[in-house]
Amino acid sequence: MSRFGLRLAPKNATLRRFAFVGLLAVTTLVSYGCAPDTPNGESRTVLSGTTEWPASFAIGRDATPAEIAVLDIDFGPDGAGAPPGSGSVAEGRLVYNVKCVSCHGITGREGPNDQLVGRDPRDGFPFGETRGIRRTVGNYWPYATTLFDYVKRAMPMTFPGSLTADEIYAVAAYILFLNEIIPEDAVMNAETLPAVVMPARDRFVPDNRVGGPEVR
Amino acid sequence: MSNISRRAMLGATGGLIAGGLLKTQADALTAGGEAAPPQAAQADPTKMLGAPTSELGQRAPGEQPRRGMGTPAPTSSSRTPLEQLRGIITPSDLHFERHHAGVPAIDPDRYELLIHGMVDRPMTFTLDDLKRFPAESRICFVECSGNGGAAYNRNAARDRAPGQIDGLFSTSEWCGVALSTLLREVGINRDATWLLAEGGDAALMSRSIPVEKALDDAMIAYGQNGEAIRPEQGFPARLLLPGWEGNAQVKWIRRLEASDRPSMTREETSKYTDPLADGTARQFSFVIDAKSTITFPAFPFVLPEQGWWEIRGVAWSGRGRITRVEVTTNGGRTWEPAQLQEPVLSKCATRFRHIWNWDGGEALLMSRAIDETGYVQPDLETLMAARGVGTSYHYNNIRPWKVEADGRIFFAQGDGA
Repeated sequence: MSRFGLRLAPKNATLRRFAFVGLLAVTTLVSYGCAPDTPNGESRTVLSGTTEWPASFAIGRDATPAEIAVLDIDFGPDGAGAPPGSGSVAEGRLVYNVKCVSCHGITGREGPNDQLVGRDPRDGFPFGETRGIRRTVGNYWPYATTLFDYVKRAMPMTFPGSLTADEIYAVAAYILFLNEIIPEDAVMNAETLPAVVMPARDRFVPDNRVGGPEVR
Repeated sequence: MSNISRRAMLGATGGLIAGGLLKTQADALTAGGEAAPPQAAQADPTKMLGAPTSELGQRAPGEQPRRGMGTPAPTSSSRTPLEQLRGIITPSDLHFERHHAGVPAIDPDRYELLIHGMVDRPMTFTLDDLKRFPAESRICFVECSGNGGAAYNRNAARDRAPGQIDGLFSTSEWCGVALSTLLREVGINRDATWLLAEGGDAALMSRSIPVEKALDDAMIAYGQNGEAIRPEQGFPARLLLPGWEGNAQVKWIRRLEASDRPSMTREETSKYTDPLADGTARQFSFVIDAKSTITFPAFPFVLPEQGWWEIRGVAWSGRGRITRVEVTTNGGRTWEPAQLQEPVLSKCATRFRHIWNWDGGEALLMSRAIDETGYVQPDLETLMAARGVGTSYHYNNIRPWKVEADGRIFFAQGDGA
């Protein structure tokens, strides 16, 4: 059982330093007989209290594995935690045409909500240098697993959380097929979906803004 | 009987009624927990008995600011009317809204926050649990990273008020428990670097948050401006990440999962990423860079006469304190330091003001904010050169306002300013 605890938490380390200064302030004020009713006095009270924090407040309760399993629906690009199930492009077409088409259009391009399909421009990634290019699953999304994660969370908008894992794998397969990323006979499941390499996979970079005089 | 005439009758008869009876009558008027209706202005308030006490205060009848809804009214965002506010605090009912699947109605008695993943002890906290932990409060802004998109445009529309452009920005006093306190309680593992934060709305809105921020100044907030957080702002509890883009500050938070990698949710890949001119897209661009806007005088206000006016506005930075705001009235030929209005708080709205003697001619007003890192709010062309004209989010370029000789004022980004 390795706990982060006071020792490793930067904030608490800071608090501990402040608490030390606070104690000095208390000593000073007490020796001068000042009433600690200033904003400084208020901070001092709070900060000096943290030195007496217990290892645990014993507030809250342990979460059971069953409880966690109900809520732990996410899965990332590595596929860890992807649920069982599978769906084909053909099955996905059926799901899409019933559950998705009214918001995303017959080919996934018409809207009225987000355009899902489209690979233009085929070359490059000119979203920064050109205004108005629609960002689609095919030309912008870096990970196929995000399709499953997002659909499971939020789609269809009027009945979120209503699709089965099979249906979500299927509709993900269909959208990827429409974007010409997987072939028509492909089947998506916990192994194949994370293995899909998206066209924009390598376009994403960490934030390099750090403040200071340079505008980035 | 209308509210106004009922009030008028109370006022007219009050002088004839004994104090005790009057009190009874006055109490009866507000019985049932209803808020007192706004009182109409009296011809001579010194000659009529005033309104009695009420359970819930109301704004003055002529002071009825509203959030900007756009036309046609959108369903997923509304804007704070910046030009109608005083000071740094946004009244809670005017705090901007942005939600991805509507505002959920969460039963606070059934609310729970689960923290699990790379922790020693997965735990669940009720709302009462959260409130029982050592509490803290801070005043800070929340800004949608898409705020001000209308200003990132060489052909921006002129008839736009400050709130219509930058109203996805609000400031509150937030109260809650430090997230570091909760992570200490569950024993977050030292190799955990990310937290998946998930909301309990119909989108299960989720973002990956660096543990470093969580341990720095993040909060699970349940209070806003002296009362419970409003439903639109995350009732009963939300993640607060001072200085960071609003989307990452997941509202209605129900789950935090510690991990050693980001989850790559839709809101950190497909959305809330900033494509750059070099063919990449900036990801996890959390921090709000320094920014300011003049809120007065600005469209739709019309200066009625020349003479002394005070230019007022608001500045903020997600990287710390605003150290300086400069104002120009001549389109940038000369800049003068504005007065910063106390309090000047880190990662918080900061008011500035600058007196100006308008000579009745054309003028071009601008402000630029400088924060404690030395960052200077850039103009549009500088920002476009750094990121590209097609980028999205974090539009913190200088906002120009053109004063016409007839006193009308327009948003002038599209004027080639």
